[in-house]
Amino acid sequence: MWLLALCLLPVAAAAVTGAAPSPRVTRWRVGALVGTAAVHLALTAMLWRLPPQQALNGWLGDDALGTIVLTLTSVLFFATSVYTVGYLARATPRGGRVFVSGMLGFLAATTVVALSQHLAMLWVGLEATTFAVAPLIFHRHDRRSLEAVWKYLVLSSVGIALALLGIFFLASAQHGVPGDPLILGDLTAHARELQPAWLRAAFVFLLVGFGTKMGLAPMHTWKPDTYGEAPALVGALMAGALTSCAFLGVARITQVTTAAGLTAFVQPVLFAFGLLSLATAAAFVIGQGDLKRLLAYSSVEHMGLLVLGLGLCGVGTYGAVLHLVNNGLVKGWLFLVAGNVVLATGTSAAAGNRGLVRTLPVSGVLLVAGLFAVTGSPPFGLFLSEFTILRAAVDGGHLAIAVSTLVLLAIIFVGMAVLVMNMALGEPAPGVRPVRESAWLLAGPLALAGLVLLLGVYIPGPVQATLARAAVALGGRVP
Amino acid sequence: MQTTAELLLLLVVLTDLAVLGTSRLRTCIRAVAAQGLLLGLLPLALASQVTVHVAGLAAGTVLVKAVVLPWFLLWAIREAAVRREVEPVVGFIASLLLGALALALAFAISGRLPASDVREPVLIPAALATVMMGLIVLTTRRKALTQVVGYLMLENGIYLFGLTQTESVPFLLEVGVLLDIFAGVFIMGIVVFHINREFDSLDSARLSELKD
Repeated sequence: MWLLALCLLPVAAAAVTGAAPSPRVTRWRVGALVGTAAVHLALTAMLWRLPPQQALNGWLGDDALGTIVLTLTSVLFFATSVYTVGYLARATPRGGRVFVSGMLGFLAATTVVALSQHLAMLWVGLEATTFAVAPLIFHRHDRRSLEAVWKYLVLSSVGIALALLGIFFLASAQHGVPGDPLILGDLTAHARELQPAWLRAAFVFLLVGFGTKMGLAPMHTWKPDTYGEAPALVGALMAGALTSCAFLGVARITQVTTAAGLTAFVQPVLFAFGLLSLATAAAFVIGQGDLKRLLAYSSVEHMGLLVLGLGLCGVGTYGAVLHLVNNGLVKGWLFLVAGNVVLATGTSAAAGNRGLVRTLPVSGVLLVAGLFAVTGSPPFGLFLSEFTILRAAVDGGHLAIAVSTLVLLAIIFVGMAVLVMNMALGEPAPGVRPVRESAWLLAGPLALAGLVLLLGVYIPGPVQATLARAAVALGGRVP
Repeated sequence: MQTTAELLLLLVVLTDLAVLGTSRLRTCIRAVAAQGLLLGLLPLALASQVTVHVAGLAAGTVLVKAVVLPWFLLWAIREAAVRREVEPVVGFIASLLLGALALALAFAISGRLPASDVREPVLIPAALATVMMGLIVLTTRRKALTQVVGYLMLENGIYLFGLTQTESVPFLLEVGVLLDIFAGVFIMGIVVFHINREFDSLDSARLSELKD
């Protein structure tokens, strides 16, 4: 029942805020957004205390990995909704009605994805996220955002269509096998009886399909355009929550193939996508001239690390699950800070945008700290998770992978540092005065930064236990 | 009932080729609407007995794929006043040849797939051929609207494949899938409308401001 409430609450809120017509009630609408986000977060927190729940004949359930993705989404959404209060007070074409409804629709769709135990239902949720964010990307209604939304719609619709074909292949693989069709638990329990040829085809199509939504190279081409043109807070939701949900889809099918003993087939495919994503990110980070596009390539990099960790098995799986949380939080943090830069200076381009530490004291410092966090420096959480993934590579005897990953990470660090340091330091343009920053716009990124720091120094007991259960369910182990 | 289903599948492949070979947008949309109608009739032809589930699926498919979406796309081209696909990346004869190649490939692949007990042997090759021809339309045409038609063909091919799995995918989810496709094409149509207003053209090749 709690699970259904979690899914239906944002749907109802989206309907109510969408139905209220007058643009004058923006304040009320944004209040509903923050209220819904808070209730969603409270319900999610309660799931941590309750025993595992089920709903709709076992189609919905909160297993360890799903709970992690749900909690990540809910935390990010709450931080972003607080930020939205400040954002819509400054930039609100057309009253923000479509914007708020789109955000709530996104929350509903991601909740369904996180809680789905039925893989076709997961697909329906993931497809719905595409349409919920389309109006958010198109928020500015200009040529550039139009181009971005078109590329995004076509690429992710085709990707997700191929994933649906993969789901049907999986159903074919399950033909004549006991258990309910396409239910994750039944698939893994009888994994060895699945028809291997169909299962392999299903894995490839689902990886390509959900990989397009994650933004794995070479299906990442929509990402820099979309993140570059969408409002920064939409980038925070997409790079933090949406990619995590898409990764959940990839993790689910990998869970089935691992249980079926197809690791030897799956591993090289995941390695190839992972390393290609890292290499693509490294190539495009160097010489990048726009902060939001830079973050988009950083997202490609981290998606690569996630599938690499998943492919490495053993402690790599644990590293991937931990990295999922860290990456989601740090992307929320950095995109919201990038949003503050855009609101204050009108652009996220690096050219002419200097001395942010002086003009935007808090956001400037958060930007520099975020650079170190996102590139995996201690004491932030990403250091721990990237280290775990690298350790898995060494343990598994994949020295070439470990070395090339380290080299690519170093290149990406240099590329990102050049752009961020150029923007943060230096002399601000003459006549630019320090801006008084709104608390609404700072609360979200500060809270997320605190969480990333916390995960770097101390992982609370219940979180650690859930991460461990998720890793074990995926066929990995705890370091 | 075997022969009816086979006839319907043959007609589906013919509508694929019709989209590949024509330059008129209106004909493309009509062909894809006809395909939607055929897709709606197929579950009735394939089912050993017509249950509420099968009838509901057929009715929903016809409503969405043969009536609402084609009507919406026709509305979009009337508003945008475009009629022809000019200078596609690959010519019409060449795309027809590619389509024929896709059809041959689809039969070759299906022959090698492990036979899961399927009542209708032509179903899988027809599904794969429609998927491939949808992808051909999506990648070789320049008008944003023709690309939407290609996306619809891709989805139709996947739907055909889904018909082999009607027992394993319950009704509720089929409705979800249909709704998602509906929403997808609807939003794409709105974006197409905006592209036309902004750029005075439906040519998606003009969308090239963003790059590294």
